[in-house]
Amino acid sequence: MDKDIKEAVSPQGQDTAKVKSPDAPKTTKVRFRRKRMSKGERIADIVIFILLAIGAVIMVFPLIYMVATSFMTKNQILSGHLSIMPDPILIGKYSEVLGKGQFISGIINTLKVEVPLLLIGGFTSSLAAFAFAKMNFRGKNALFLALLATIMIPFAVTMIPQYVLFTKLHWTNSLAPLIIPGCFGNVSMIFFLRQNLFGIPGDLMDAAKLDGCSYFGCYWKIFLPLMKGAFGTQLMLWFMGIWNDYLAPTIFLRDEKLWTLQVVIRSFNSYYAIQSDYALIMAASVIAMLPTLILFFTFQRVIVESVAISGIK
Amino acid sequence: MGDNKTADKKNDKSKNPKRRTSGRSFMAIREERWAWLFIAAPFIGFMLFMAYPIVFSVIASCSKWTGINSLWDNMCGLENYIAIFTDEKFWKSMGTTVIYMIGIPIGMILGLFIAMGMNRKIPGVRLLTTMYYVPVVSSLVAVSILWAWVFNYDYGLFNSIIKALTGMHGPNWLGDEVMIKVAMIIFMTWKGLGTSIILYLAGLQNIPRDYYEAAELDGASAWDRFKHITFPLVSPVSFYILVTSLIGGFQVFVEVQVMTTNGGINYSAATIVYYLYDKAFSNGQLGYGCGIAVILAIIIFVITAFNFMFQNRWVKTMD
Repeated sequence: MDKDIKEAVSPQGQDTAKVKSPDAPKTTKVRFRRKRMSKGERIADIVIFILLAIGAVIMVFPLIYMVATSFMTKNQILSGHLSIMPDPILIGKYSEVLGKGQFISGIINTLKVEVPLLLIGGFTSSLAAFAFAKMNFRGKNALFLALLATIMIPFAVTMIPQYVLFTKLHWTNSLAPLIIPGCFGNVSMIFFLRQNLFGIPGDLMDAAKLDGCSYFGCYWKIFLPLMKGAFGTQLMLWFMGIWNDYLAPTIFLRDEKLWTLQVVIRSFNSYYAIQSDYALIMAASVIAMLPTLILFFTFQRVIVESVAISGIK
Repeated sequence: MGDNKTADKKNDKSKNPKRRTSGRSFMAIREERWAWLFIAAPFIGFMLFMAYPIVFSVIASCSKWTGINSLWDNMCGLENYIAIFTDEKFWKSMGTTVIYMIGIPIGMILGLFIAMGMNRKIPGVRLLTTMYYVPVVSSLVAVSILWAWVFNYDYGLFNSIIKALTGMHGPNWLGDEVMIKVAMIIFMTWKGLGTSIILYLAGLQNIPRDYYEAAELDGASAWDRFKHITFPLVSPVSFYILVTSLIGGFQVFVEVQVMTTNGGINYSAATIVYYLYDKAFSNGQLGYGCGIAVILAIIIFVITAFNFMFQNRWVKTMD
């Protein structure tokens, strides 16, 4: 879980707002106009573009091959000849995958983890971020640093005691081990929402308090709506992290009926590879990848921006 | 940026430290109680699922505990650690984990050069960035399955290409102790390249163009400009990528678990986390597994400490 989330997680603060600000494109335009390109430079640009395009095609090629394989017949796959175009195009593997009870239950189980985790964990994280950014209390910085330090601790270090704890609590015959720990909040989310809240003036809170607004009211009515952009991005990245998580579900879920989608496609891989049914394996993997890819293509600008900011900080 | 505010507040407090407890207004106390309530959930979570497991791991690592027998009755001092350090499999998986890290500098160099190309703001380059980034957001399990298929000995993509080009049969990627490491490095570099590109691109965009214009006026060659401007000024990004990749590199597990059976031929693909998983959950040696977890935690801690100690010394910033 850690690795995916860490990769996916990212800040979304006032810096993003700066990038989005209306005068940003203007300045670049001016700069472009000022700099006149020499002929040599233009040729260099073309060569570089072609090289970059070749590299990009190499990068997505395995994924294209994956989709292509999912439409191929067994004969074509096992012919050993290099072929990319499925001939004939077989879509039956997709309906076969979607007809498998285990695959459907994998999707349902994943969603059963996602929904409560994002709702409750999103609430506790944003509330804590609000307290850290907008309220005064003793030990604020020390407590925040203590929380932040936990980002560095890999899941592998704590998984054995967690496994034993969850077994003792009889949680391992439910999805609880995947849901409950996250409901207490997500440290990366707290960090990035806190950054975002620093960009919102605190005067709003003082004014609201004069009007008799409670602290929770300030969070719920004023700051939560104001940080909804950053909040949405963080929730989306967390959704992707949970969707792609594999290590925690393999350890905590002993019962096949509880398996999440990633565990299911992994078991498909070991089971159907023996039968050389690669088209089915690829079709299952393609479906498992679709939700995160659709999210990525829809919101790529925010995702890429937020990843970029994490490096500059 | 936002930290200025907190700093200001701190100063306010330190101006009159004596009044800190006695003079605190009713309002301030009320605010503090609410704030503590608001951060209670993450703190309880931190205690239950982080602090407690870590302490527990340290204690359990000194016991021949299997989860079924008693933890306290089987305390064995440092025996687990001695067993780990004399276990050939531990050193083998540690060695493999480090060998996989060959991919880190390869990915960084490729990432920097691709980002430099993209930073020329050629029209249409944005779409290419997306293509480089797709592997990063793809499910690790799904792409591990895919790459196991790409490296398939008889029908895989790589060997089909090799056969089409040379007429000879390609190597047995996943069935050979050396080739499996090459295969894993190729796969991991592919998966992580997009992140390096995005981070480097952001770093490059932060370098003022004037620097290059001034250098050009002074007659500096392209290589000089790279060596004296680009490379030093993206060093914070390089350092960040290096440290996060090292930490990530010590946690490689899914790739091995999905692409091999039992860690590959002669355990040749197993990593340290795979070894930990194997001992704890396949063999049921939980105390022993906790020992490996403690060693892993120490390694990560050393890398993090190293990060804080040397960042300022090695990394050059704009000022």
